[in-house]
Amino acid sequence: MVSPNTPEASGGASASAAPRSIKDVVIRLAGNSQDGIQAIGGFLARLAGRSDQDVMTYMTIPSTISGGPSIFQVRMGTGDILSAGDRADMLVAFYQHSYDAHIGSLRPGGVLLYDADHVKPVEGDNRFTNVACPITTGTIEAVGGTAKDKGKNIYVLGLIARIFDLEVAKLTQLIRERFGGKNEDIVRNALLAFDAGYAWPQNNLRDLFYRFEAIDRATAVSGRPQVTLDGNSAIAYGFLAAGVRHGAGYPITPWSSIMETLRTELPKYGGVFVQCEDEIASISTALGFSYTGNVAITGSAGPGLSLKMEALSWATMAEMPIVVVNVQRGGPSTGMPTNVEQSDLMQAIYGSHGDTPRVVLAPKNVEDCFYLAIEAVRIARAYSTPVLLLTDQALSSRIEAFDEPDLKALMVPPGPDRTERPADFKPYPLDRQTRHAPAGTRIASGKYPVVTGLEHDEFGHPTGSPKLHAQMNAKRREKIKALAATLPAPELSGDASGEALIVTWGSNYGPAREALERIRAAGVSAAHLHIRHVHPLPHGLEEVLARYRKVVVAELNDEGVYGFGQFATLLRARYALPSIVSTCKTDGLTFKVSELVAGVARHLGNATLEGLVSQARPSPLASR
Amino acid sequence: MSTAVATPPPPAGAPLTKKVLTADHPTWCPGCGDFAVLASFYRVLEKLQYPHEKIVTFAGIGCSSRFPYFVNTHGGHFIHGRALPFAAGISLGGDDLHVFVFGGDGDGFSIGGNHLTHTARKNVRITYVIMDNSVYGLTKKQTSPTSPIGFKSKTDPWGALDQPINPMRTLLNSGATFVARSHATQVNHMTEMMLRAARHDGFSVVEILSECVEFFEGAFDAAIPRKGGHWVLIDEKKNDGSPEDAARHDVSDELAAFQLAGQAWPGKFGVFYENKTRRTKNALEAELIAKTREKTKGATDLALLQATFAKLR
Repeated sequence: MVSPNTPEASGGASASAAPRSIKDVVIRLAGNSQDGIQAIGGFLARLAGRSDQDVMTYMTIPSTISGGPSIFQVRMGTGDILSAGDRADMLVAFYQHSYDAHIGSLRPGGVLLYDADHVKPVEGDNRFTNVACPITTGTIEAVGGTAKDKGKNIYVLGLIARIFDLEVAKLTQLIRERFGGKNEDIVRNALLAFDAGYAWPQNNLRDLFYRFEAIDRATAVSGRPQVTLDGNSAIAYGFLAAGVRHGAGYPITPWSSIMETLRTELPKYGGVFVQCEDEIASISTALGFSYTGNVAITGSAGPGLSLKMEALSWATMAEMPIVVVNVQRGGPSTGMPTNVEQSDLMQAIYGSHGDTPRVVLAPKNVEDCFYLAIEAVRIARAYSTPVLLLTDQALSSRIEAFDEPDLKALMVPPGPDRTERPADFKPYPLDRQTRHAPAGTRIASGKYPVVTGLEHDEFGHPTGSPKLHAQMNAKRREKIKALAATLPAPELSGDASGEALIVTWGSNYGPAREALERIRAAGVSAAHLHIRHVHPLPHGLEEVLARYRKVVVAELNDEGVYGFGQFATLLRARYALPSIVSTCKTDGLTFKVSELVAGVARHLGNATLEGLVSQARPSPLASR
Repeated sequence: MSTAVATPPPPAGAPLTKKVLTADHPTWCPGCGDFAVLASFYRVLEKLQYPHEKIVTFAGIGCSSRFPYFVNTHGGHFIHGRALPFAAGISLGGDDLHVFVFGGDGDGFSIGGNHLTHTARKNVRITYVIMDNSVYGLTKKQTSPTSPIGFKSKTDPWGALDQPINPMRTLLNSGATFVARSHATQVNHMTEMMLRAARHDGFSVVEILSECVEFFEGAFDAAIPRKGGHWVLIDEKKNDGSPEDAARHDVSDELAAFQLAGQAWPGKFGVFYENKTRRTKNALEAELIAKTREKTKGATDLALLQATFAKLR
């Protein structure tokens, strides 16, 4: 029942001859949240994961509880897709408000595909290829009147599949998988809507026909299948691989989906996730789990992390391993809960009372969410320390495709080590790494240890000794320094020395890499350094930073009272280099590549680069 | 720093005695009611004879919360008011452990009030002993959530204004499945209450009136006969069919427990309420795991996660 994949095979009465080759495309779908546009994005992302294309998505969820405008942006193409794209090549507008709000995001020469039943574009605007498609009536005719306009999203998926010559067999398989569990009518209706959408361009659009460049097989590596998922899921699955079987949490956007996943998954693994009465109880319960030898996780977003700070200090003092996820959002206070920001860095590193050396890791993309979750647990165990996994709203909901992890090699066995401890067991030895004896462990001496938030001697008993306090502070500091010495050198791309070094952490990785390409293409010697271990910093950075005239630290937080973002402030304090400068913004959105290029241009005082930014880059979809 | 072992350790399986269970010397003031609670707790552990390594003593912050340092078991000293959620993690993370939490009225009813409610409603298998002295002692005499109206403290020099918490009502209302009340001058009664609490399968709480001789002397004299007070025990139903049994207190009767809780100061002592039917969170979570694993037919962790990723292809 489904149209075959090639236009030739569909009976010949079809679109123009050969499709035009493109490298990648950014499609923005704008409608209302109940239209299921996230589903279109999800299908395209999953398809890309099953094909040779790479994919990156960007989604906004309305902060209202149900309904309201919503967008999903998907960028797919050949080779590494690093960011969701600054501007769209194609805008699919379901309603007039979608058109009004998003036409500005369409690149010149791009395609405006709108529902002719709902949208009237501005007359005489010939910047774009305008395609008026009766999406609503087309869907109703295809599916039949009963379902009203449900299925418009699948109709649009058909349109897109035809225009970009996507693999129909794989898409329809995805549709079957998605709706297969429900009744057969739903699958049939979905396929009818898809077919109708797929057929429409053949009869109505002759020139709009593209195909992604074939991938260079030499660079397509692992041979493992691709998986497609969002950052929060990747973190949850990373914890499962790391042997985490216990956790506790309290709902807060955008952290909640991690706890939902773990609550659902953990019982299968014999584990427990507790939904607690508040943020403080969550970290307390997680620490209780860790105390039994089951390294546990908790998490939150900015305001919730603040509530966990007292217990985090205890974890440093008692040397109790725990991993705390913080999915950053716009702050302070409730701020912009469904927007992205990187303004919790200082809180993550220094937020607690007292001297609390601890570890902060920040994933660079969805794939990294999985691997850094595993590493966070490994470090927490090895150094008996709290570890914060600092991710953000953009990563939490973004869908990416990446190589399926080699789980066999990665799985860490769970469970406490309750083997009897020798008679000389001390919970807090000054000359060795703390290794707690989990509750339930026999101690050969018959003397049982106390874990404590009071300053203590090597046996965990309270002390007021000034000497011991200094020694124990040093112990807690030195183990974090010992970790720093083991950290790999961060990823450096571009020129080994030169005019500018862009430094990023967290989800700015992708746009910064793209910005670097543009800056170097303009003849400026530059590099990009991305740091995943934000605290403690890896060794050897001072030499790297010193090789560039300007070190431009790009981060999504405010430049502060002194003109530097939070990470830039730390780097200046650590390396004392006047060349370290900041490019900051707090509009609640991820960096656009052009914004990063502009930031570098401004700091270099490079007019050519600045000119590059203001140039409008036409869409690859533009008609020739 | 103390040295590790002066005396040879007891052989595995040796009976737990007070000598074995004694750790640091208590830091409490001479005359503090908490000494008697500690002595009774040793007796409780001597009677229970749990494997030594399976006993956990935990606490938050306060005078009474120093307790774990004085008991030679696995244990710890957490932050103010949060010992219960920590203990919930211990109990759910190690189902074979016997978890005892000690704390005061400030820790339990003020800063930790929310946790008390929720640990009770979830019925996590924990025994919680609240040593209530009706004053903040560690910080030297401020009004506590159980200080009576008119109590003169450093924060209410003219006498406390606010209505105090009624601990029994609060605990009953939270859904605690074992609620009892005792007095630090009644060692045998305290021991019996803690023993019954420990044997209860669920969240069991014993509130012990424990006088702070420094900052609230005579607070509980009303229940001390030798100081002219009245020590009145709850007359529990014996189910012996006798005519007088009808008037006795049925510990499974929640309404009767509320009525007891509403009696005039100093009220009665003993078990107010015990619910033996409500299942513990420990049991419910274990059942959830068992049912889930039935569906996955005991697949290995690796196979489970591989299947999850296969669906994401």
